Amino acid sequence: MTLGGRIADWARLKSPWITIFNSGACNACDIEAIAALTPRFDVERFGILAVGSPRHADVLVVTGPVTLQQASRLRRVFEQIPEPKYVIATGACGSAGGVFHGLYHVVESVDSVIPVDVFIAGCPPRPDEIIDGVVACLGIMKEDLARGGKEWRRGRPAAVIAPAAPAPAPAGEAVP
Amino acid sequence: MAEVLVPIGPQHPALKEPVSFRVWADGEVIVRLEMDVSYNHRGIEKGAEQRDFHRTLPLLERICGICSHSHTTVFAKGIEALMQVEAPPRARAIRTVVAELERVHSHLLWLGVAAHEVGFNTLFMWTWRDREAVQDVLEALTGNRVNYGINAVGGVRRDWPPDLVSTALDRVAPLGDRVRLYADMVAREKTMLARFTGVGKLTREQVLAYGAVGPTARASGVDYDVRRDDPYLDYARLPWKVITDDHGDVLGRTLVRVGELHESLNMIQVLLRDLPPGEIRAKVPRTAPPGEFLSRYEAPRGELVHFLRTNGTDRAERVDVRTPTMANWTSVAMALRGRWLADIPVIVAAIDPCLSCTSRVSLADPEGRDRGGMTWDELREHGIRFYAEGRHER
Repeated sequence: MTLGGRIADWARLKSPWITIFNSGACNACDIEAIAALTPRFDVERFGILAVGSPRHADVLVVTGPVTLQQASRLRRVFEQIPEPKYVIATGACGSAGGVFHGLYHVVESVDSVIPVDVFIAGCPPRPDEIIDGVVACLGIMKEDLARGGKEWRRGRPAAVIAPAAPAPAPAGEAVP
Repeated sequence: MAEVLVPIGPQHPALKEPVSFRVWADGEVIVRLEMDVSYNHRGIEKGAEQRDFHRTLPLLERICGICSHSHTTVFAKGIEALMQVEAPPRARAIRTVVAELERVHSHLLWLGVAAHEVGFNTLFMWTWRDREAVQDVLEALTGNRVNYGINAVGGVRRDWPPDLVSTALDRVAPLGDRVRLYADMVAREKTMLARFTGVGKLTREQVLAYGAVGPTARASGVDYDVRRDDPYLDYARLPWKVITDDHGDVLGRTLVRVGELHESLNMIQVLLRDLPPGEIRAKVPRTAPPGEFLSRYEAPRGELVHFLRTNGTDRAERVDVRTPTMANWTSVAMALRGRWLADIPVIVAAIDPCLSCTSRVSLADPEGRDRGGMTWDELREHGIRFYAEGRHER
């Protein structure tokens, strides 16, 4: 591999850029994803940066079920992202339609439109679970680099991030 | 100079949600604007007719993830009225507390987004940090940060033990100082004054003509709030006042929202200090007798209306939702006329848009004869035809 390629691979693992695409969500996943950028969770400490244009992004975070109106747009946005690209589907409705399953204007799930690498469970997932999903995606990227591509994952199920144990109640931490 | 069409969206770096604007501009000045807000249409109204009341609640909660409690409360309130049962006092108080916490979180979120739109990212980070305190309280009280799932038909699903309530009170109290800081900042900070004053001006007459609601209307001097004018839950017995302003611009809408933050925090503390004892859920029948009810509610963005019609079964025959953002869009199109292109983000953000609830299917018969709706199968068939012919691609 060329030196330039090695630098690009190293940089992508150190600082993946994500773009958030609302494919028909109820906004809950969106605000939790934006909350992950703000001081409490501060996703930028992992080098993760949210960018506006899919052409600049490495990871596409899709929120919500895919409405028929948005399906072709989701496909086009996905095609605009340069390789190697990764897709994270957030929330129950991104994985299997969730509460919207069976409504006349939503497709079954995100992966019936584009390939998905990581599913994050929850309705909506907490910001820490979204960060967990992006970090899991980084692990997959690293593995892909070591094995020279995405081929080895063909036929295997995508990674799923689900809550481990109920979070303890916050103990009256004071607001500064 | 010739007019130029500037298409924005549905996917655009400046947009958080899918919406499409077609702006005709003369140089930098907006001449007129067309918009398409229907990208998030999921078919919830039709889905609500297929599920019984208890299963409809989680579906309606996900009309919008930001005002989720509003949609469940307004629906539960309407169905309870049709069933002729009343939620117990403790349940009403719990619903009111969650409703006001939701307003606080939504207005803090809005203040941050509005500051972000004018490039004042420090305030965005500050308000979102303070919002996390509200999210923690909501999570402790209801079990969830965003879609709370606390409402049920006939009452609420969780009771709050006293220690939980006192923890919540401790957490909410310091927010008052932060809100005072923001109120001071909005009145004096030069960046915000320069970008907010005189921008997106709407007169009282325009607001009434275009049917704007909520803080958008109150900022133009329309003294209207469902919580006072058609009291529900516990608002009639609470000490609070409707905040209005007569600036009519984005600054006015900011001042109204910051004022409402004060009122809401105050109401939450009054309620939490003195929660009525007793049951949290009334026993409700499985079915509702035939009838119609127009249920109104003041959501963070304005008046929210659910029209409900029941037919004696365990599900609604018709659920019609009128959301505040939908009501406010016309006023945005009018406020943008004659303004600079660069003012689009802040004027659009000023109504606190939330695109997830703005799409409807309605059937119009020009002859005016057919007043019926569509069955599930007809709708599905229409949808398939619509997409097969590629009519969604413009």
